[in-house]
Amino acid sequence: MDILQLIVSGLANGCVYGLIALGFVLIYKATEAVNFAQGDFMMLGAFITLGFTNEHYLGLPFWLSVCLAIAIMGMLGYLLDLIVLRRMFGQSQVAVVILTIALGFVIRFIAGAIWGHEPQSLESPIAGVELRFGGLALGMDEIWVIIITVLLTLLLYFFFARTKLGVAMQASSQNQLAAYYMGIPVKRIHSMIWALSGIVATIAGILFASKGSIDPTAGLLGIKAFAAAVIGGFGSLPGALLGGLIVGLVEPFAARYMPAGYSQIFPYLILIIMLIVRPHGILSQIQTKKV
Amino acid sequence: MRIVFKTSYDADIRLFKHNAQAFWYLLLFTVAILLPFLVNDFLIGEATLVLIWAICGMGLMMLVGQTGQASLGHAAFMAVGAYSNVIYQINFNMPFLLSFPLSGLTAGVAGALVALPTTRLHGIYLAIATLAISVLTEDIIIILEPITGGIAGIFAPDIQIFGYTFNRYGNPVELYWLVLAITFVVVYAYRNILRSPTGRAFAAVRDSEVSAKAMGVNVARTKMVAFAISCTITGLGGALMGHFATVFTNETFNLIISITLLLIIVVGGLGTIHGAFFGSIVFVMLPLLISVTRDAVGSLTGSGSITIPGLESGIFGAILIGFILFEPMGLYGRWLKIRTYFELFPFYRKDMFRRQKSYLKTERTR
Repeated sequence: MDILQLIVSGLANGCVYGLIALGFVLIYKATEAVNFAQGDFMMLGAFITLGFTNEHYLGLPFWLSVCLAIAIMGMLGYLLDLIVLRRMFGQSQVAVVILTIALGFVIRFIAGAIWGHEPQSLESPIAGVELRFGGLALGMDEIWVIIITVLLTLLLYFFFARTKLGVAMQASSQNQLAAYYMGIPVKRIHSMIWALSGIVATIAGILFASKGSIDPTAGLLGIKAFAAAVIGGFGSLPGALLGGLIVGLVEPFAARYMPAGYSQIFPYLILIIMLIVRPHGILSQIQTKKV
Repeated sequence: MRIVFKTSYDADIRLFKHNAQAFWYLLLFTVAILLPFLVNDFLIGEATLVLIWAICGMGLMMLVGQTGQASLGHAAFMAVGAYSNVIYQINFNMPFLLSFPLSGLTAGVAGALVALPTTRLHGIYLAIATLAISVLTEDIIIILEPITGGIAGIFAPDIQIFGYTFNRYGNPVELYWLVLAITFVVVYAYRNILRSPTGRAFAAVRDSEVSAKAMGVNVARTKMVAFAISCTITGLGGALMGHFATVFTNETFNLIISITLLLIIVVGGLGTIHGAFFGSIVFVMLPLLISVTRDAVGSLTGSGSITIPGLESGIFGAILIGFILFEPMGLYGRWLKIRTYFELFPFYRKDMFRRQKSYLKTERTR
């Protein structure tokens, strides 16, 4: 029973990591850029929802705030690409990495200035409710996290595999010049994918904030999600979820069975071993460049 | 505009392009030596900090600017340098003159060990691997508590050279000179490496791995050497930083420091030694500037001193974004443009420093 409990909480945590990792992978899949500010996007999305719905702030109904937050973050993502990242078009990947890291700093500062640096929790209807099966206590929030994550991953997977827009997004990353020739508006596609990843980050943030509390440094969780994305295979949507689940599952077990101090290094240890053994992740999509 | 006529092959790799250049750098060095007579002790302390950051920055510059490999985890190697230096001094009773180079060497070996599996990676993956190492280092320091002091931290003794003591508070001027001498040695070594075949190989790998391979450069080995040299320099900087900070813990060299180093070299100008110095001047002076502005604003509005937590990192981020968008060549690049404008007056054109754009192609198959 004990182990089952660990598994469920691990799965729920892993789903949040997986959702943040999905955001990374979405942007990487379509623009070849890595958004190091994804964790901060998640934090910002959670805070915007919190600002709308909590009694202390505006006190709007929960679902209305969720819709508003998603709309705002989607717009923010679109504008961010339009104003900032479009200027980076055609420049090196590393420059974009540094840019998004800096963006993370700025977002963290803004969130801290508006909502303060104290941890706060989101007043959502799914928080704090428990279901009991025999000796097993399942949080309603944990079940919701798992269901929503799986649905979202499936949805995005089919979006990329089946819809015209999804295929256009893949094409614009696989060969920008050829995509232009085929009449794909590459720049607008990039903005759209940033909007989409802002939305995914908001959903991750809402789920994360209703599972526990959130403060402006929560964005650093993005590093763990990053490990998840790499373990699963950067560029693969199911891979992101798989990596997230692996990291999420390893954590509670390591904390339970390993001496204190060793447990938190496990996700990174797996990451490094993974990078050495199979650098492109479990669901690898890369073949070495031939000269 | 000065036109240099090259009459021998040596002219290509000369330390200074022409005598006037040598003159200006000598003048700069003289001013740096005489600085303690010009400014007060507080500013000398800040100048020492600038030099230490510049050494660490040069370490990262060797990797990012010269070899084109991203590292988001160089604070880890600063930590290796700082900890090993103090441990050699306390646990092995080594003098500073021995422990200091050894700490650099230790960081270099650590860097090479890290590079061994990661050189197969490139671009983003390398950045992620180094990021993970930076996070791991903090935890490893706690795990190795018996020798590192864990969360309580470790105390760095004063620097002792032949019985003469250097202390940040006791004799800041002497410490400044010591750091200046070390900086000089590092700059000289850096410059020489760039002029050697190794340095040329670095540039080849940076510009195109494929063509470097075609020219007979062993790419994996070159990357490893670059990592080792870069980590050695950063380790030396870290060791000095340890002495400067006197007490440091697992949190002293965290991820933020890694990113700060990156900020220093990007703001200063990637790929140049000047860049490391310009960047660290900006980084050290900015907090001073912010506090002065804050006081000025406070007294103007009559609301007293306003403190917004996290303001500094927010401003750093904004500056970094500004530089990447509008001046990717950094402060040094801006200076080059201004100089060229006046040298070529009135023939300077806007597109002279324009960079070529490239279209992306993925290596993924799906």
